[in-house]
Amino acid sequence: MSESYQPVLLRRVGRPDSTSLKSYLADGGYVGLRNAIAKKPEEIVQLMIESALRGRGGAGFLAGMKWSFLPKNNTGPIYLCVNGDESEPGTFNNRVLIEEDPHQILEGIVITSYATKATTAYFYLRYEYGRCYRTLEKAIQEMYANNLLGKNILGSGYALDIYLHRGAGAYICGEETGLIESLEGKRAWPRIKPPFPAVEGAFRRPTVVNNVETMACVTHIMDKGIAWFKSIGIPRDPNNPRDAGSYGPKLYCISGHVNKPGLVELPLGVTARELIDKHAGGVWKGRAAKAIVPGGISMGFLSASELDTPLDFNGPGRAGCLGLGTAAVIVIDDATSMIDVLYNTCRFFAHESCGQCTPCREGTAWSSKILQRIRQGHGTMDDLTTLEDISKSMGTIPGTTICGLADGAAWPIKNALKKFRPEFEEYINSGQKSESRELAIAH
Amino acid sequence: MSVLPDSIKHQVSELAKRYPHKQALTLPICHLVQQESRCVSRAAMVEIAEMLDLAPSQIHDTLSFYGFFRDEDRPLGRKRVWICRSLPCMLRGSEELLTEVCQRLHLSPGDTTDNGEMTLEVAECLGACEGAPCMLVDDELLLNVDADQIVQLAEGNS
Ligand SMILES: Cc1cc2nc3c(=O)[nH]c(=O)nc-3n(C[C@H](O)[C@H](O)[C@H](O)COP(=O)(O)O)c2cc1C
Ligand code: SF4
Ligand code: FES
Repeated sequence: MSESYQPVLLRRVGRPDSTSLKSYLADGGYVGLRNAIAKKPEEIVQLMIESALRGRGGAGFLAGMKWSFLPKNNTGPIYLCVNGDESEPGTFNNRVLIEEDPHQILEGIVITSYATKATTAYFYLRYEYGRCYRTLEKAIQEMYANNLLGKNILGSGYALDIYLHRGAGAYICGEETGLIESLEGKRAWPRIKPPFPAVEGAFRRPTVVNNVETMACVTHIMDKGIAWFKSIGIPRDPNNPRDAGSYGPKLYCISGHVNKPGLVELPLGVTARELIDKHAGGVWKGRAAKAIVPGGISMGFLSASELDTPLDFNGPGRAGCLGLGTAAVIVIDDATSMIDVLYNTCRFFAHESCGQCTPCREGTAWSSKILQRIRQGHGTMDDLTTLEDISKSMGTIPGTTICGLADGAAWPIKNALKKFRPEFEEYINSGQKSESRELAIAH
Repeated sequence: MSVLPDSIKHQVSELAKRYPHKQALTLPICHLVQQESRCVSRAAMVEIAEMLDLAPSQIHDTLSFYGFFRDEDRPLGRKRVWICRSLPCMLRGSEELLTEVCQRLHLSPGDTTDNGEMTLEVAECLGACEGAPCMLVDDELLLNVDADQIVQLAEGNS
């Protein structure tokens, strides 16, 4: 099925001048916004609920449902925060979307703001995305000059400003309340929820936080309709009342040991094997995959025997992973040591933990130290038990920490020790040492 | 005497219109200051705090959280190069790349070359994993890089 799929989100990538308003309009842009302002805001919220669009930033929450949590009869400002912090290792879909087709996202931002009655949209962009920043700056200027932003947008009476706000190199700014704290000029310490941002968010006002790719989906749903969106992907499971389905197109980032790393757009639910073999040129150097990360390193690992797992919102969970996450697939070949892989993962989380919850601050630091010790040939079997204990002690699922970073740190450990345990035991018993790469360990 | 140039003060009054609380200007101003002077000095911090009606310690609290800003004891070189070390880049040789660059330039991560041309840093995922190993030069991403490219940057040949 996936061979015949025609990309929608990526359809304009690589066209000459794809970032300009002129070319976007020539390709039928801003029709979704015109459709939107012909309706009442409440109708659009309802339409998004019916479309069953789930957020693309990692948690998969229903976008329309989130918008409906804003207080009714609100007076005073409401904010939209667009999450462009994109820092989950393996993930680069937001970057490509912004660099290649900024108006597609900005259109979704105006539609979402109109639907939620937001007065200002803050676009939080990680600092590293300098090219995105400059592309967006130019696109936003074009919008103001063409009555697509500012007062009385397209004669609707609705007014909106979009402001770009740059981060400063911290993964935790991607967590929605960390993002809000960072926007407010503070350290990005996630807040205890509730209250959720819809009730009390940026500057203590009702706030919606949505991912960049989610915004692009909103644009196309307003343009092409719900039936189109729901004709793509995996329908909801009628036997599971809690399943919201996995509808629509998805951007899959493929990196690591494949011949053709890159970004592809496919219906939700493609399998890992198909992604690797049909869309990424297969595993490099004629090798086989030993493990893959299904959706950014927070999600854990699939083993070689689990490559037929469909990558929809439910598939990775059924295989013991945390979830679909950002749909960033990282391929690890059979010549790679899982000890090195898990060490790299743990070191990342130790570096990025914001430090305010003890289980996360200590758990990430110790798991990283223990893995370094194992790598250097000084590990014991007890270390594996300690790692397991740590992985069970931190996270929002055991309820010991404020945000999901801790779950993301725990899952790779759980999966690695469950699915690749013999490799760890053999490594420790053999007294092997990884060639030392101390420089990358420092800091 | 003021350490912040007037150009920055002018931009601050424009930026202030965007946010309901002044504290939100902390990161935007610090970015402007560090771009201009390659660090955020303690004197600059005090002045920023005055502009925003905050205590200098509040500015410092935010700045030190991000690990992105330098004080005057360790200012940045003319260029700042970040080599990515997260998993997708590690799988495609970024640790070896970092080791080679450090050896050839006699640097440790965080250091600046003696000619003041380049500061070398290690980064977590830069969001360009399809081009691993990759690096960031100031705020421009470069994909599929090798050690020669970085050494040339350090020598000022770019
Ligand atoms: C540690 C952590 C990091 C996160 N990083 C990002 C990110 O970089 N971008 C993003 O959109 N969501 C990120 N999220 C998810 C956000 O908290 C939030 O769910 C999301 O932005 C909502 O948008 P969506 O509903 O459109 O997906 C992160 C969550 C956690 C726990
Ligand atoms: S779980 Fe970790 S990252 Fe999240 S708030 Fe607690 S310490 Fe910070
Ligand atoms: S891991 Fe290096 S850019 Fe993502």
